[in-house]
Amino acid sequence: MGIYTIESIRQLTYDTYEMTLSGDMSWIKAPGQFVNIKIDGFFLRRPLSVCDIDDRYMTLIFKVAGEGTKALSMMKVSSQLDILCGLGNGYDINVSISEPLLIGGGCGVPPLYYLAKTLKNKGITPSVVLGFNKKEDVFYEDKFKALGCNVCVCTVDGSYGYIGLVTDIMDMFDYDYTFSCGPEGMLKAIYDKSIVSGQFSFEERMGCGFGACMGCTCKTKYGYKRICKDGPVLFKEEILW
Amino acid sequence: MVNLSVNLSGLTLSNPIIPASGCFGYGKEFSEYYDINILGSFCMKGTTKEPRFGNETPRIAESSSGMLNSVGLQNPGIEHVVQQELKEIRAYYSKPVIANISGFSVEEYEYCVRRLRGIDNVGLIEVNISCPNVEQGGMSFGTDPEMAAKVTKAVVKVADKPVYVKLTPNVTDITEIAKACESEGASGICAINTLSAMRIDIKKQKPVLANITGGLSGPAVFPVALRMVYQLYKEIKIPIIGIGGISKVEDVIEMMMAGATAVQIGSLNLVDPYICKTIINQLPGMLEQLGIDDINKIVGAAHR
Ligand SMILES: Cc1cc2nc3c(=O)[nH]c(=O)nc-3n(C[C@H](O)[C@H](O)[C@H](O)COP(=O)(O)OP(=O)(O)OC[C@H]3O[C@@H](n4cnc5c(N)ncnc54)[C@H](O)[C@@H]3O)c2cc1C
Ligand SMILES: Cc1cc2nc3c(=O)[nH]c(=O)nc-3n(C[C@H](O)[C@H](O)[C@H](O)COP(=O)(O)O)c2cc1C
Ligand code: FES
Repeated sequence: MGIYTIESIRQLTYDTYEMTLSGDMSWIKAPGQFVNIKIDGFFLRRPLSVCDIDDRYMTLIFKVAGEGTKALSMMKVSSQLDILCGLGNGYDINVSISEPLLIGGGCGVPPLYYLAKTLKNKGITPSVVLGFNKKEDVFYEDKFKALGCNVCVCTVDGSYGYIGLVTDIMDMFDYDYTFSCGPEGMLKAIYDKSIVSGQFSFEERMGCGFGACMGCTCKTKYGYKRICKDGPVLFKEEILW
Repeated sequence: MVNLSVNLSGLTLSNPIIPASGCFGYGKEFSEYYDINILGSFCMKGTTKEPRFGNETPRIAESSSGMLNSVGLQNPGIEHVVQQELKEIRAYYSKPVIANISGFSVEEYEYCVRRLRGIDNVGLIEVNISCPNVEQGGMSFGTDPEMAAKVTKAVVKVADKPVYVKLTPNVTDITEIAKACESEGASGICAINTLSAMRIDIKKQKPVLANITGGLSGPAVFPVALRMVYQLYKEIKIPIIGIGGISKVEDVIEMMMAGATAVQIGSLNLVDPYICKTIINQLPGMLEQLGIDDINKIVGAAHR
């Protein structure tokens, strides 16, 4: 646990914010891990994925989904947050792959950015499919492009990019592996559609976020797993829907 | 030097702070945050005869100053706990722990308690007759004095350690249940478990919890727990472990003044994994401020 200082806060869309924080980043070991944030006035912490990190700064992106994230969006620069850092397993990038496809939907997009960066550093440039509901929701397309990734955006209503769901456009790319994060319905559709292996990042309501309460357990082919500790990333081969 | 050590039916604790069942796992996750050997003891996740998945998710909801859970006693079963968890605990916790037992029949409680015989890193058995999150059994044992007496009698007979019975607040008169347990040989009483509760997601127009109802815990329930411990202290002679909503050192003192010999801290561990350590560090200073040299002197102080 640690105290982190808000260095900047920027509105990306009408309801989505990007926040950078400084503090002890040594807790974070892998892309796809998350942090759990104490917000004044709320009993439970709020889990958010790590979107980017270097030795001093961490970037989070969050959508205002309710009261907690609303309060977070109104925090001032240089104020401090109590955060449990480096939670969850994260994506395993030590798998043998050459053409990974990253697929993100809505607030599932953030962790894929640090994943893309990490893969890039390993010499693998992933292709990226980003799905949003409508034009006004789109964020980070340029950031992925700046990494050199091939990026395709789709919106459900067709107001930006391709029309449809991520599964409608994912086959535009050649890929031998998928990394995905987003709503469960999207993950399931990717699971059903893709014939290659992959890793899927799940969400669940959490009591603790570090494996103590059994609040977030799901069934897998290899037994019960805590989304917060043994996940949030599960391998395609172990998932039970 | 302020004396912090307390005695629970022969088991001496270096201080009265015990993480509560279901909020501390088997201690392992917390041992990665701090050396948990500073704890008086800790209470393991509730164990049943057979392994249990528990309820469907969502199992967690939030409320003002608290939370609801409907985990439903997920646990790997007594055999696994004995063969694996209790052995692994020795690597990071050198004192005796408290084993929390649940069941769906008197025989199941008895079976689990018998299975714990001779295991020297279990110092005390906490019999949970109060879980609101399971369909049959569980809480129904805790709402009927006759059933409570039956379970107590059966487990006391086979236990080789002190038996404390953990009670539900979801009753009209908690003292009646406690007296039934005391008369059948319980060494102590733990109070309280969670309060039956629910939340509705107004966007979906549906209950938040898949199980519909869950148990409320956290600071919101502290005054309720305190009142019940106070009532229990008046009616029973055996020691009480006070549980419910404790979030700071002052709450520990209040709970002990109401009549608790030791306390358990539950939900707060989930949102602040260092809470027990913080409170243990603050206790001596707090007592000194109150002019107290031995923590045992405040037990039941509010009754005098
Ligand atoms: C591992 C993980 C990573 C996440 N990463 C991101 C991210 O990078 N960006 C982002 O915008 N959102 C992310 N989310 C979702 C985010 O946690 C919720 O949107 C947020 O908790 C909502 O809080 P609230 O107070 O605004 O909403 P409320 O609805 O008022 O919250 C009430 C309670 O429900 C919980 N809750 C509500 N929605 C969710 C949800 N979708 N998942 C888990 N708990 C929820 C809250 O934490 C809180 O305890 C992530 C969730 C998880 C589990
Ligand atoms: C997530 C969670 C799981 C729990 N599991 C158990 C359990 O297995 N057995 C039990 O006797 N009590 C269980 N409890 C109840 C706690 O031990 C405690 O009695 C209750 O939460 C009140 O204390 P608190 O307000 O400090 O949390 C659980 C509570 C929570 C929040
Ligand atoms: S949220 Fe507590 S175990 Fe996962």
